[in-house]
Amino acid sequence: MSLDTAWQVAIEFAQMSLLAFGGGISVLPEMHRRVVEANAWSTSAEFSEMAGLAQAAPGPNILVVSLIGWKVAALPGALAAYLGMCAPSSLLVYVFSRFWERRRQSRWSLLLQTSLAPITIGLALASAYLITAGAGRSVGAFLVVAVTAAASLWTRIHPLWCIAIGALLGLAGWV
Amino acid sequence: MNIAPKELFVAFFRIGVQGFGGVLPWARRVLVEERHWFGEEEFLDAWSVAQVLPGGNIINLSISFGARCAGPAGAAAAFFGLTLAPLLIICALGAIYVRFGELPQVGRVFGGVSAAGAGLMVATSLRMAASPRMRSPLAVFAVAAFALTVIVRWPLLLVLAVLVPFSFFLVWWRAR
Repeated sequence: MSLDTAWQVAIEFAQMSLLAFGGGISVLPEMHRRVVEANAWSTSAEFSEMAGLAQAAPGPNILVVSLIGWKVAALPGALAAYLGMCAPSSLLVYVFSRFWERRRQSRWSLLLQTSLAPITIGLALASAYLITAGAGRSVGAFLVVAVTAAASLWTRIHPLWCIAIGALLGLAGWV
Repeated sequence: MNIAPKELFVAFFRIGVQGFGGVLPWARRVLVEERHWFGEEEFLDAWSVAQVLPGGNIINLSISFGARCAGPAGAAAAFFGLTLAPLLIICALGAIYVRFGELPQVGRVFGGVSAAGAGLMVATSLRMAASPRMRSPLAVFAVAAFALTVIVRWPLLLVLAVLVPFSFFLVWWRAR
């Protein structure tokens, strides 16, 4: 039963893999449709909680899928979701990068990279804004964002300290 | 550049396991500042290419950089180095969550961690915006990408589909 379910999980996520431009976050609505509406693997509230939980864990945010897989079919489900979500896009990226490697210094590649760079910067600023808007639920949280950003820009403090201090302030209920 | 799969594994492991609240700041720190495997501008280019392909940006970067350094073994080492520890951590969280539901203390700690993670992301994005490439008319595309994402709330694919052709045309036209 569990292995059949895990296989189904793998297939569902594999179908989203090549659509996941920008990582796991961009397919969250589609994931919600498949997980909550089509398969009834979790309720809508559980889905949001899992998305939040995965955000708080370290690592690529696309790994939210393994948490959903875990909910559906424990460890086999988590592995199935992880491989289903990562394998198709990773194989594509592998093939593309072998092709790209030989052309990286060609005129068209350089033009493409030059045209992508400002868009990438704008998107990074946008993620910073959106993450701040999501995390800044209180004055305390905004202060933590601001002080961490300033410390990271102008001091040599190791960023893990910022994370640890943030965690302690959160535990103390100040964030 | 030749980098052994083992070294790739270790570097990407550190990015994955430390990467709270967005992996970009940690990727830049480990790959640019600590290992010097990328220059600032080179990292921007690699991140850009990773961004226009499907899949998580950092996952794509691990695969393409790993492949460039050590072929299939390098790609696998970087990919599993990056994802293995976070996968285990998430499974552990999942097990706890399924067993106990949400604990209020855990929620508060996560709130603090995400706020600090957001601060790191703000700093990293500002560092990227300090790139010399922003001192050109092309900077208008950074402003457009930001506004379309934050204000108009377009999904990434639409932002790319609309902006990349214009940007590419302008670059090509200026380079003629």
